[in-house]
Amino acid sequence: MNSFTYARATDVADAVQRGSAGNAKFLGGGTNLVDLMRETLERPSALVDVTGLSSAITEREDGSILIGAAAKNTAVAEHRAVRTRYPLLARAILAGASGQIRNMATVGGNLLQRTRCTYFYDDDGSRCNKRNPGQGCDAFEGFNRIHAILGASPTCVATHPSDMCVALAALDALVHVTSTQGERTIAFADLHLLPGNHPEVETTLKPGELITAVELPVLSFTQHSIYRKVRDRASYAFALISVGAMMEVENGTVKEVRLALGGVAHKPWRALKLEASLRGRPATNESFLAAAEAELADAKPLSHNGFKVELAKRTIVAVLVELAGEVA
Amino acid sequence: MDLIHSLVLAVRLLEMLYKEFAHVLRRQFHFWRLMFVTNFQDAEGYRMSIDINGSSIDLPSDTRVSLLDLLRDHHDMVGTKKGCNQGACGACTVLVDGERILSCLALAVQYEGRSVITIEGLSTGGALHPLQRAFIEHDGFQCGYCTPGQICSAIGMLGEVKRGLPSNVTDDLGSVGAIKLTRDELCERMSGNLCRCGAYNGIVNAVTEFAETTK
Repeated sequence: MNSFTYARATDVADAVQRGSAGNAKFLGGGTNLVDLMRETLERPSALVDVTGLSSAITEREDGSILIGAAAKNTAVAEHRAVRTRYPLLARAILAGASGQIRNMATVGGNLLQRTRCTYFYDDDGSRCNKRNPGQGCDAFEGFNRIHAILGASPTCVATHPSDMCVALAALDALVHVTSTQGERTIAFADLHLLPGNHPEVETTLKPGELITAVELPVLSFTQHSIYRKVRDRASYAFALISVGAMMEVENGTVKEVRLALGGVAHKPWRALKLEASLRGRPATNESFLAAAEAELADAKPLSHNGFKVELAKRTIVAVLVELAGEVA
Repeated sequence: MDLIHSLVLAVRLLEMLYKEFAHVLRRQFHFWRLMFVTNFQDAEGYRMSIDINGSSIDLPSDTRVSLLDLLRDHHDMVGTKKGCNQGACGACTVLVDGERILSCLALAVQYEGRSVITIEGLSTGGALHPLQRAFIEHDGFQCGYCTPGQICSAIGMLGEVKRGLPSNVTDDLGSVGAIKLTRDELCERMSGNLCRCGAYNGIVNAVTEFAETTK
């Protein structure tokens, strides 16, 4: 690990001031960043600890919920209003990591965690465009069972590891950020980027910009949701495929549906094609399968992850069938 | 002869003193070095501490030191184990203000002013903690390397169950109050602690028995 200075931010202004300096990085729970620093994949010269900033979870007058970026994952999943009004978010968080890690990890940090692509981590032995831009990608023709099937590029086939972000994508969350230039709000779908030719750039955050809060907007049908995660072991593993979905059915017709996928792409994958093809359609297995196929039509499996295409379709259909039964 | 005896006694006395005060000397030396090498005049002012098993301990001046290395390498508290050192095995689990965390992924400086309990802090006056006894009773280990982490994790986990924190296998997220600790709940909640000897059945039985007796 390279040496670095450490400071606790006293407030947001202090944090962004310190964060704007040179090669500084914001530190949340450290569950990903400390590991990456130990592997020397991250080499900040200064850490600005932002865990003392707002961790409040506030129900606002309009019904939306504002979650301070320093809130621990455990605290969000435990919060009564989140559990009852946005169960998808609580479920997604509880499906990820372990009890110990959820006690440490913050919401802001979860959004910015980096891929667990083994080639990205293999600093000594593998080429990686994310780690060393322009170097090449050894995952593309390597052991790529866990890699992306949607939205990838020849430069990078890594997946985004977060479960929580899958729920936030489906929920149309808003991300509040602050920098020395001021505040702004980013729609969740616009936060993370597909790899394109620059997989080293993972978000639309500007240098020194700090995530201060995540906002859950009011949606009428958030109570009816399912988060299903398929993984290699029953617990404490990253997703091969995960599906986060909410659906509203009226007189046997799909009135509204929100669905996002994890484990398939460089970013939490909002299934907009599936949603468009389902709205107004009968809530039947046939429509669900047709919609899943529409979403996966552009899938480009690699040599070892072709199973993910079929697995994604089946998981989507199973989730929607269960939701239709639940809300009918 | 008298001279030799005296010398032996003197050496033993020095040895005893060294054992007693080595860590104090080492810590002091660390600050002297910091002041001389980096010309860090204000080193004393930056002394920060962390409470470990009831004792106040100075934080290292090197910000890179993990909470785990602070315990093991700086203070000879080797009860907490280093398994994977990357957050995958749970062997380094400790309790911070009652919450279970992974000390390998924690920078010691992050925990300034907090209260840490390690496996060494669970026994009282040489008497084992009831959960430690239950692990022996139920063969909750073979090699024992994961055991301190399992025990600290289980204690944190039972607190979470008591206050009603749901898990991935909890049916009703809307339920209020303590959650029934079924075998499924227990296994899901302890999944962050690996045991490569495969003593899981014994671990489950030990934790279940302890949970029953402390309801």
